[in-house]
Amino acid sequence: MADWGEESENPELTEKQKKEIAKWFLTNAPAGEIQYVAKDVRALIADDRLYNMAAAEAFPLFNKAHLVVLEMPDRSGDVIISSFGEIDKDNFFDPRTAQIVTVDHMKQVCTKVRPANDEELPSAYVEEFRFALDAELCKYVVDTYPKGTCAVYCTRGKDVDGPGVNFDFAVVISASRTSPQNFCNGSWRSIWTLEFKDDLQVVEVKGKMQVVAHYFEEGNVQLDAKNECRDSTLLQSPEDCAVSISNTIRHHEAEYMASLEESYLHLPDTTFKDLRRKLPVTRTLFPWQNTLQFSLTRDISRELGIGK
Amino acid sequence: MEAAMDLMRRISPNQGETALSALLAILPSHSSELLSQVDQPLQVLMDAKCEKEFILCEYNRDADSYRSPWSNEYYPPLEDGSLPSAEMRKLECEANDVFAIYRDQYYEGGISSVYMWEDDGQGFAACFLIKKDGSKSGDGRRGYLHEGTWDAIHVIEVGAEEDGKAHYCLTSTVMLSLTTEGKPSGTFNLAGSIRRQMNCDLAVADGHICNMGKMIEEMEGKLRNSLDQVYFGKTREMVCTLRPPPEGIQMKLPE
Repeated sequence: MADWGEESENPELTEKQKKEIAKWFLTNAPAGEIQYVAKDVRALIADDRLYNMAAAEAFPLFNKAHLVVLEMPDRSGDVIISSFGEIDKDNFFDPRTAQIVTVDHMKQVCTKVRPANDEELPSAYVEEFRFALDAELCKYVVDTYPKGTCAVYCTRGKDVDGPGVNFDFAVVISASRTSPQNFCNGSWRSIWTLEFKDDLQVVEVKGKMQVVAHYFEEGNVQLDAKNECRDSTLLQSPEDCAVSISNTIRHHEAEYMASLEESYLHLPDTTFKDLRRKLPVTRTLFPWQNTLQFSLTRDISRELGIGK
Repeated sequence: MEAAMDLMRRISPNQGETALSALLAILPSHSSELLSQVDQPLQVLMDAKCEKEFILCEYNRDADSYRSPWSNEYYPPLEDGSLPSAEMRKLECEANDVFAIYRDQYYEGGISSVYMWEDDGQGFAACFLIKKDGSKSGDGRRGYLHEGTWDAIHVIEVGAEEDGKAHYCLTSTVMLSLTTEGKPSGTFNLAGSIRRQMNCDLAVADGHICNMGKMIEEMEGKLRNSLDQVYFGKTREMVCTLRPPPEGIQMKLPE
């Protein structure tokens, strides 16, 4: 990916190459920073037509990957832009309010909203499970994430109208914090896939969590942490499932959070030490002052007890 | 250029190489400015004659070859490659030897190189480089890191001697990336890049290498602490802001 087609005999980039570069920068922007990156890329490309082509491709990818949350125009709540709710490139489904929003990806706003029609919605049977889980999850998310949003989608078997058939859900939790004046941004994303296995009377739970943070005051430091886990719970009534699934999610996410804290606690004294110690084993600064020109090396070696 | 530098501050340090080559492709007329302003992970070559590795940078490059500080020869071989004067070379050799011991004391492994060259004025300049691979498979003594790299670049400009003192201007860049992997915690990656400057007027009688060495040691300590407490600390703060830990959990960073 580092080969952008740069050749010493022919330094001119083709339009396609310029567009690919623009797209790369945009899709790799840190969470919450795509508009700043967009401004820079636009200036660098210096060709609005090409930039718009790249942005038209890059913004939807970024928005979906980062589970960007947008306010719905009728103020009925927020919608998460994700591949699970994608009807087509510019239209996304919000399961809670049963609406479809039209999105302007580059401006990151919703432009229209309409109610979903019957074919777009899950069956009443599936919806019972979805609704109960959504309610429990909302409680969890409101309790746990100061600025979090969640959604429950039926990803398979939405027309299942009674027991006896399997169906799948996807749970998405998205929380982000942008503080550009403090040069700090971050986001938490978790995606939980739930397989309701009617034959086994079990729900298979798989989770993927990703936390990123970026601090860039006179420097550039980024955290990228990921985790995956699995669990399972009994398939019961919609209400009981909702409680046990959301408890499972709560448990694993809390565990992950604790292990992140652990990683940070170990940083200064153990992890970082493998890169560079705070002080040499002698616990004193390096003896530079032994600077008789030629015997410098010999004296230091002797002082530090290094065999020569 | 402003847009280019802003982009480099936003793109993850782990993707710095790809980002820089993209910028060089878009702004070929700014290539020397970009190469001097943007920090890149250090590359290494083997000096077959001395059987030691050495670090590559703009200061030991001539055409497409690089001069080893151990053998003072170019790899690949280069006829009439520029060499430091005899006096510079003597100082350079001593610096390399001492710095290698310093490196071993702090880094317990890794590779270092020092290059010196005469300035246009009356002074000279030196570049001290360190590259450490702290991963389990590299020089990581304790096996904590699945992947870990620390690259340090210290460029010092030494002014002409005046009243027994010289002015030293140090510009240091540290780039690091560390990844730990563990069953409960998945992968945890922190990557960062910071650059700082330090100016000192010191007595020449103490010796240039001693003066430069002390500045570098102080700077590296500051950068390491800064990265650890401020920079990584801020990312940790952000995580706790996104998902506050339950009450009663110890949140203070260790002293």
